Amino acid sequence: MTILIALAYLVAAVLFILGLKQLSSPKGARNGNFTAALGMLIALGATLPLLHFTRAGIMITAIGIVIGAIVGTFGARLVRMTAIPQMVALFNGVGGGAAALVAVAELLKFQAHPPFSEALPSVLSIVIGSVSFAGSLVAFAKLQALMTGTPITYPGQQIVNAVLAALILGFAIAVLAIASIPFSFVTLMVLALILGVAFVLPIGGADMPVVISLLNACTGLAVAATGFTLNNFALIAAGTLVGASGSLLTKLMSDAMGRSLGNVLFGAFGQVHAGATAAAGGQSRSVRSASAEDLGTLLAYSQRVIIVPGYGLAVAQAQHAARELADVLERRGVDVEYAIHPVAGRMPGHMNVLLAEANVPYEQLKEMDQVNDDFKNADVALIVGANDVVNPAARSSPGSPIYGMPILNADQAKNIIFMKRSMRPGFAGIDNDLMFGPKTVMFFGDAKDSLTKLVAAVKAA
Amino acid sequence: MNNELLNELTFFVLAVFVGFEVISKVPTILHTPLMSGTNAIHGIILVGALLIAAGANSPVTIALGLVAVTLATTNVVGGFVVTDRMLEMFKGRQPAKAVAPKK
Repeated sequence: MTILIALAYLVAAVLFILGLKQLSSPKGARNGNFTAALGMLIALGATLPLLHFTRAGIMITAIGIVIGAIVGTFGARLVRMTAIPQMVALFNGVGGGAAALVAVAELLKFQAHPPFSEALPSVLSIVIGSVSFAGSLVAFAKLQALMTGTPITYPGQQIVNAVLAALILGFAIAVLAIASIPFSFVTLMVLALILGVAFVLPIGGADMPVVISLLNACTGLAVAATGFTLNNFALIAAGTLVGASGSLLTKLMSDAMGRSLGNVLFGAFGQVHAGATAAAGGQSRSVRSASAEDLGTLLAYSQRVIIVPGYGLAVAQAQHAARELADVLERRGVDVEYAIHPVAGRMPGHMNVLLAEANVPYEQLKEMDQVNDDFKNADVALIVGANDVVNPAARSSPGSPIYGMPILNADQAKNIIFMKRSMRPGFAGIDNDLMFGPKTVMFFGDAKDSLTKLVAAVKAA
Repeated sequence: MNNELLNELTFFVLAVFVGFEVISKVPTILHTPLMSGTNAIHGIILVGALLIAAGANSPVTIALGLVAVTLATTNVVGGFVVTDRMLEMFKGRQPAKAVAPKK
């Protein structure tokens, strides 16, 4: 029997690997998800013979599965497309929490002095799982706008975090050395939860995708550690795969933003920012704005329009309105393309998903490298709720926190229509010189309303 | 170090390399779905949660087991469903691609 179970776990592990492989190419991505889900079913099925239910055990198992399945299905089904990033954060957090709790329960089985080979992975799982749980909840709160998305900083923050980490390390060693007083686990867990919160607070909302990806990798490692405690190969295999691929993915994501992971995580953004805005000192600069009618005419008589979508489009659910505008323009013979910056929105791929939902044809979605040379031939760059990804400071001002980030060359277009709700800076918290440029016209308002007005204006033109 | 631990360590190290290798060439647009997919996979912690919940026999283990199973199930179910929802959006583009040469 145990051999059969081990073989089933092996099959599950292979399916996870194949699933990940398929998930990393556009063609097989959806099947990849099914493959991984099949692996999960096999691993769960193979575990059933290992379960020796007590009466209470069967009750709580049933109740837990029913509640979890309902929350998971409805949460994932009903959430709006724009809110998916925070949903991923939430599902990641609960996984980390579960890993920590399983490790605690396993350690409690030993009255005193669990063997080192059991205690060490349990402690790791408790700490990493709790950090992931608390950090993910903060990331959720930031993205859901339950709290401010801007970095929260205070003097001595790094020191406080360092002290927290040192305390956790000290307690972990204490637990391993003198061990197994239930209170010591609880303290360890509480400290790790606090560290999770403290770790994510100073990171801005725009960097949340990278943080969520990192915490995702952490949860994977916590799960793998729990696998060592339980001597369960399914947990070790799946947890390690996620830990490793999640770490690499985190690096790929910060690379796409032109930043190092350290720069994303350790608040450099917030600190440089004060200096950069002070240096720019441009509160008094004036901007041009125009009526929908003027802009409608400009668009209607253009040859080529490039739409640059950003988070504002996602917030306003303006993807359908954007498509409608593109449609009326195309009917008049205007070439329309969408320029997708790799980190536009809150998640890489966020814009592709939203625009695909509005049935925007695939060929119109251009990645940065494909489209950047086209801007100089474009009559209008229509910026819909994007900001930092078109900020020329990334090219020109070495003191700027976003200096070096690859940006879309929207400033090279003959005209720039900058649609924004207000003059407020983007998530990087810095002014955008493009708004003050001579070719730029601001069009203030909610992205969806504004686009709808433009559609009417183009039709009338 | 006993044999089982040695096996587990071997397995762990190999899985690290596989994990790096398997996603080394992923386009930017798939970053989010891929993260969400790996997120669902670490829901495997449900296996661990079931193992501790099944044998629960004291108030503490009952509470721990119940919460762990609930959280882990949410992770698995929510993770796979939300990933599928994201990828469903991508699917709409395939037909568009086929009809493309109309210009």
